[in-house]
Amino acid sequence: MTEPILTMDNIDKRFPGVHALNDVHFDLYPGEVHALVGENGAGKSTLMKILAGIYTKDGGTITYDGRPIELSNTREAQDIGISIIHQELNMMNHLTVAQNMFIGKESRRGIFLDDRADNEKAAAVLAQLGMQSIDPRETVANLTVGRQQMVEIGKALTYNSKILILDEPTAALSDQEIDYLFGIIRELQDDGVAMIYISHRMDEIWRISDRITVLRDGEYIGTVKTKEVKQDKVIQMMVGRTIFVETKSESAIPADAETVLEVRGLNAGRMVQDVSFDLKRGEILCIAGLMGAGRTETVRALFGADKKESGEIIVEGSPVHIVTPADAVRAGISYLSEDRKRYGLAMGMNVAENSVMACYENYLNGPFIDQSKINAEAERYVEKLETRTPGVNQLVRNLSGGNQQKVVVAKWLIRNSNIFIFDEPTRGIDVGAKNEIYKLIHELAAEGKSIIVISSELPEVLRLADRIVVMAEGRITGILPAGSSQEMIMNLAHDISA
Amino acid sequence: MTVTETTKKKSQLKGSSSQRLFAFIALLAIYGVFAVFGNRFFTYNTFINILDQSYYIGFLAVGVTFVIITGGIDLSLGTVAMCSAMFGLIAFKAGVPFVLSLLIIALAGITFGLLNGVLVSYLKLPAFIATMGTMMIALGTSAIISNVQTQHFPSRADPVNGWFKSVFQNFEVITGPNPADKFRVPSGAFWLIGTIILAIIVLNKTRVGRYTFAIGSNEEAVRLSGVEVRKWKIIPYAISGLGSGLAGIMYGATFTTIYPQSGQGLELDAIAAVVIGGTSLSGGVGSILGTVIGVFIMSVLQVGLLSLGVQPHYQKVLTGVVVIVAVFIDIQQHSRRET
Repeated sequence: MTEPILTMDNIDKRFPGVHALNDVHFDLYPGEVHALVGENGAGKSTLMKILAGIYTKDGGTITYDGRPIELSNTREAQDIGISIIHQELNMMNHLTVAQNMFIGKESRRGIFLDDRADNEKAAAVLAQLGMQSIDPRETVANLTVGRQQMVEIGKALTYNSKILILDEPTAALSDQEIDYLFGIIRELQDDGVAMIYISHRMDEIWRISDRITVLRDGEYIGTVKTKEVKQDKVIQMMVGRTIFVETKSESAIPADAETVLEVRGLNAGRMVQDVSFDLKRGEILCIAGLMGAGRTETVRALFGADKKESGEIIVEGSPVHIVTPADAVRAGISYLSEDRKRYGLAMGMNVAENSVMACYENYLNGPFIDQSKINAEAERYVEKLETRTPGVNQLVRNLSGGNQQKVVVAKWLIRNSNIFIFDEPTRGIDVGAKNEIYKLIHELAAEGKSIIVISSELPEVLRLADRIVVMAEGRITGILPAGSSQEMIMNLAHDISA
Repeated sequence: MTVTETTKKKSQLKGSSSQRLFAFIALLAIYGVFAVFGNRFFTYNTFINILDQSYYIGFLAVGVTFVIITGGIDLSLGTVAMCSAMFGLIAFKAGVPFVLSLLIIALAGITFGLLNGVLVSYLKLPAFIATMGTMMIALGTSAIISNVQTQHFPSRADPVNGWFKSVFQNFEVITGPNPADKFRVPSGAFWLIGTIILAIIVLNKTRVGRYTFAIGSNEEAVRLSGVEVRKWKIIPYAISGLGSGLAGIMYGATFTTIYPQSGQGLELDAIAAVVIGGTSLSGGVGSILGTVIGVFIMSVLQVGLLSLGVQPHYQKVLTGVVVIVAVFIDIQQHSRRET
């Protein structure tokens, strides 16, 4: 190959509390497809957003076409030929295809827009992509996601892009559409366009990429030629072996323990397909998988938060009909969502009020709320869970993340829940508070509560789980015992052939 | 991916136009009902009365349509219209030529609109709060500058500026000896029609309109496309402010006398008209024509119910019902589209 079109060296980026990128290197040659891989939170998106001018770097150099560049906004990046196609398609749904493609650089005659000219230009670009069947005057919302993706690529081409960043471009595409996309990528490659391809799907990376760069925890791990390595080698680079974690070597649950929850053949859209598993008394069951594997969707369907198409849910031996979250709560199931502020707690209310939120009816004195009874109950749980709060009258807004989590748990304990579903319980929580939450989950399990934990962090899964359900693409790809290795989990998480 | 996919889905997302058609049919139906049952409703004079009722709401509604398409809201319309008119009349009293006073009214409206725009776009205040603040500021300001006195636009009898009502409301041709013997030419309608045409062109043929729709559709996407969103987001509010200023003039032409509180509640009538016309409060969808139909549904109801001898309070009730039904139909269409 010739000279690289792009070299990023010593890239550094910090967010409050997080060192997102530390001394990261990346280079790219004209006509190359360079895959960028790493676990969730490894820093792939951050690096690409710096390249696209969405974030500014805190340190390091970017050399483009032989010259050092500093980007402060997306416009500057586009002007020199760097475009990004975001994972969540960023389209103006109410506008037409051509209007989307030429937003910010519309053809004009005087002050008037010349839509006809843009329609013609859009048609030409779409024809270049072999997408003559897309009408430039069609409203974008009426297109399938696959076609919207083509429009995004077309839009990027209108900037005369020399570098195209594709962030999980196939996440929403059918196999047929993926084949088509890859055809276009190869054509662009022949035209000398360099592409950065971010994906969790290993098979696609081996199909389309020339080289692979691996990031882990914001650090540069290495760059390899795709042809020269095997998939497990790259996964090993992604997972690493550096962090020592306390792991559960075997399940604490006897094989003959009573089954408290059985899910059979659960279906809810594309993200939940034929999901079946069971949960035993006192067990901690972790659901692992990549972002978009359908984990949250599964528990939301189970909990009645989203509509399910089919499936049977059996609690303590008897089938229950769960259509709304209220049905699930009645069956003794509680869901502690990832976003505590939105779903878990009334932030502007105090610890006592939040603790009894799910069963006020038990704290009435005639028609009146019995505040002293509520406070007494809340205090009991503050003590039991060792919640650090100056008192039950403290607003939960003022508590730390870990302690807020405990208030949510108290709420469901008071409601007499037996099955706790934790969705990413430690996201956005510092290390110390994480340990407290692990302790809390272990204690709940020791008391005979059954627990499902969704987690994207493998060390967390290995530390908590008695059994591990691994999901990919809306399906369960395997159920592993405690003591399984990170590689085993990652292999299943990337197993999209299932 | 096949060619048929696009054609198959072509009929979707035409919610705005189908609701517009529905609103137009509703307008004709309402007019028809009153024409049959109303007392002397189907007459030229009643038609002129309907137009009279639609001028000031029309200007407010056309202006605020831009803001609502961006996904925002402007609650300051009514009191800004009145406050702008106050500024003009106070200046007029102080000796400024009347034509210049009218210019002052328009400029005052734009200024309030720019204030809203800056608050929403640069200071990132929620539009509801920002424009509610402006609403109160405008109300208070007009009370202060008018010393809580009613103010008067020139009447027809005014020897110097009597042209005002002739130009902006109705031109009257005397046809006989009685005061009632006159033929009214709706000059205000020409201003409204001109404004509507201008607004349609701006909304559909210029970058202002394109970015108005784009911001309402997906503001972040517009920003990531390299468009200076903050700048473009101010303009719809300025247009809304200008609409309010012009509405102040039209209100003066219609009612002659104004007092600081006259404008209160007009913003809700205007927003109701916009919503009836199929513009979505969540942004990205809307049309001037729909808004105009909404305006006329409201004024036909107002005049029609009066011709039935129904008290004005009932008209409010019915307007409320119309708004709810219109939005309900819109939501039904949307949910059907999603399944």
